[in-house]
Amino acid sequence: MIATLKRSPALPAILGLVVLCAVFSAMRPAFFTPVNFANLLQQGAATTVIAMGLVFVLLLGEIDLSAGFASGVCAAILAVTLDQMSFPWYLSVGAAIATGVVIGFLLGFLVAKIGIPSFVVTLAAFLAFQGVALLLLEEGRNVSVRAPIILAIANKSMHPWIGWAFGATAVAAFAAVQLWSWYRRRAKGVTAVPLRLTALKVGALAVLVIVTVSILNQERSFNVRITSLKGVPIVVPIVVALLVLWTFILRRTAYGRHLYAVGGNREAARRAGINVDRIRISAFVICSAMAAVGGIIAASRGNSVDPNTGGSNVLLYAVGAAVIGGTSLFGGKGRVLDAVLGGLVVAVIDNGMSLLNYSSGIKFVVTGTVLLLAAGVDALSRKRNALGG
Amino acid sequence: MLEVRGINKSFGPVHVLRDVALTVRSGEVTALVGDNGAGKSTLVKCIGGIYPIDNGEILVDGKPVHIHSPRDAAGLGIEIVYQDLALCDNLDIVQNMFLGRERRRGIVLDEPSMEHLAEQTLASLSIRTVSSVRQAVASLSGGQRQTVAIAKAVLWNSRLVILDEPTAALGVAQTAQVLELVRRLADNGLAVVLISHNMNDVFAVSDRIAALYLGQMVAQVKTTEVTHAQVVELITSGKSGTIA
Ligand SMILES: Nc1ncnc2c1ncn2[C@@H]1O[C@H](COP(=O)(O)OP(=O)(O)OP(=O)(O)O)[C@@H](O)[C@H]1O
Ligand SMILES: [Mg+2]
Repeated sequence: MIATLKRSPALPAILGLVVLCAVFSAMRPAFFTPVNFANLLQQGAATTVIAMGLVFVLLLGEIDLSAGFASGVCAAILAVTLDQMSFPWYLSVGAAIATGVVIGFLLGFLVAKIGIPSFVVTLAAFLAFQGVALLLLEEGRNVSVRAPIILAIANKSMHPWIGWAFGATAVAAFAAVQLWSWYRRRAKGVTAVPLRLTALKVGALAVLVIVTVSILNQERSFNVRITSLKGVPIVVPIVVALLVLWTFILRRTAYGRHLYAVGGNREAARRAGINVDRIRISAFVICSAMAAVGGIIAASRGNSVDPNTGGSNVLLYAVGAAVIGGTSLFGGKGRVLDAVLGGLVVAVIDNGMSLLNYSSGIKFVVTGTVLLLAAGVDALSRKRNALGG
Repeated sequence: MLEVRGINKSFGPVHVLRDVALTVRSGEVTALVGDNGAGKSTLVKCIGGIYPIDNGEILVDGKPVHIHSPRDAAGLGIEIVYQDLALCDNLDIVQNMFLGRERRRGIVLDEPSMEHLAEQTLASLSIRTVSSVRQAVASLSGGQRQTVAIAKAVLWNSRLVILDEPTAALGVAQTAQVLELVRRLADNGLAVVLISHNMNDVFAVSDRIAALYLGQMVAQVKTTEVTHAQVVELITSGKSGTIA
């Protein structure tokens, strides 16, 4: 049991989270309050979603430096179609995500078919998308987002009741999947994980869900007579749904398997008959499409879109989230869960340091250092493996 | 079963294969020998669809076929263990063995049945040194990796198995096992091509010997009709006074 835990790639990020939360709570009691907890989740959601997409590109040993501004461009498309063309919200969301898909296809095509290194392609795109966002927003206008459903995504919470229902469903589904896989393995006569361990995992998830939901269901409004504010933020089920979807695709489908194979040994994948170019293009498509989703969340959170949406630290925070969570920059190793855990770490650092009134300068330095630290751990563990340690 | 005729292959200015012809029969082990750089691996990769051939013909059961990709080769029942193994270090043994041909139920991977089959195959090759089929390939020794690569090739109901120096990294006992397996595959009616630099191995299991010298096929003979010394001469000088 202890050994299984120790081998878990999620361990450093979880430990980091616990330590960070303890330190910030001790230094600033306001950190450990339901209000701040909800804030933190809503602030970190966009970065986390972009990081989830980046995992796919990082798995191939590639990088997408343009994911931040791609999210900005898609957010601009959302805002402009909503505001100037009066699209219904779902069409605008569709347009934003479609834009992400097209961007990803373009990047992937240039990398896989033309053979330009992804670093160069996406660095060029980084600059170009910044320009596209400016053009879309007509030299820097700030376009506000008024569609209630879009605004709800990153600002509103679910009824406490629905929060519980959602949590219960998640735990039940997780337990069902684990049991089913255990049963199938037993039926085939291959070694299955002991049921005790499965029960422990389900139990741990249940505890996590109960604690989270009960904290978030507390009243967060400063004045209940004006407005009541409680419940699990709506972004949480969105992020969880994306996590489940992409984890399923990576771990349970042939496509996901092939993605890992291409990241591990491209030539071996080719010899196994895998269409390597298609896999590489698809990873960029997923990355940019997720950047679009991240952009939509950011637009919702900010109530508006300006040319800086998706700019400044967004990309670095997203790459940092994936790497801190345990995704390797060398390809072949990583999970979507890494992006979520790393995204939480980044959000906690950002939020905690703001509460401590540190300037942006110090925040950037600290986050940069944490990213370097994570990348260093990644590089060292790779070196140790290569030396057979 | 397989026949190649007049294959030419150049890498830029380097003419690696010159009008190579080779016939491989079912139920026989054909040893492909030649010095380092003679073009053995290149020939194998052409047959496996890794490299396109410049010209020439490949026939399977007497019919001309076009092999443009590894998938085409697999479709024709050709399995190859490459000299550079071609395994993904980040995947485990089962994942590597089924790579590109995963078993599914609907869209979901059928892990238990793949694991079961992998275990069976490894057991049938009497491979006992691997502790778990869920071990990452990165953690295996050179010889273990080689056995995994071989197991991967025999897992599929193939008709032709080509092994490029399969015993190069193996210990004495494992080598004997692989040679025994090679023999067993041929006895079961498969066509087997074995590339090796070890004359003892070649003479121990092969029915025929094909010798490549600087990209040219200089002889294809029955193993029983030649001596060690003659084969060595073919490899090193491309001719042997006693064989036409
Ligand atoms: N991808 C390539 N590009 C250019 N030249 C190549 C390539 N692959 C092989 N060659 C050349 O082709 C020749 C034959 O190589 P090949 O690997 O087929 O030899 P081999 O007979 O398998 O040798 P060994 O016994 O050392 O494995 C060599 O001279 C090599 O330099
Ligand atoms: Mg070779």
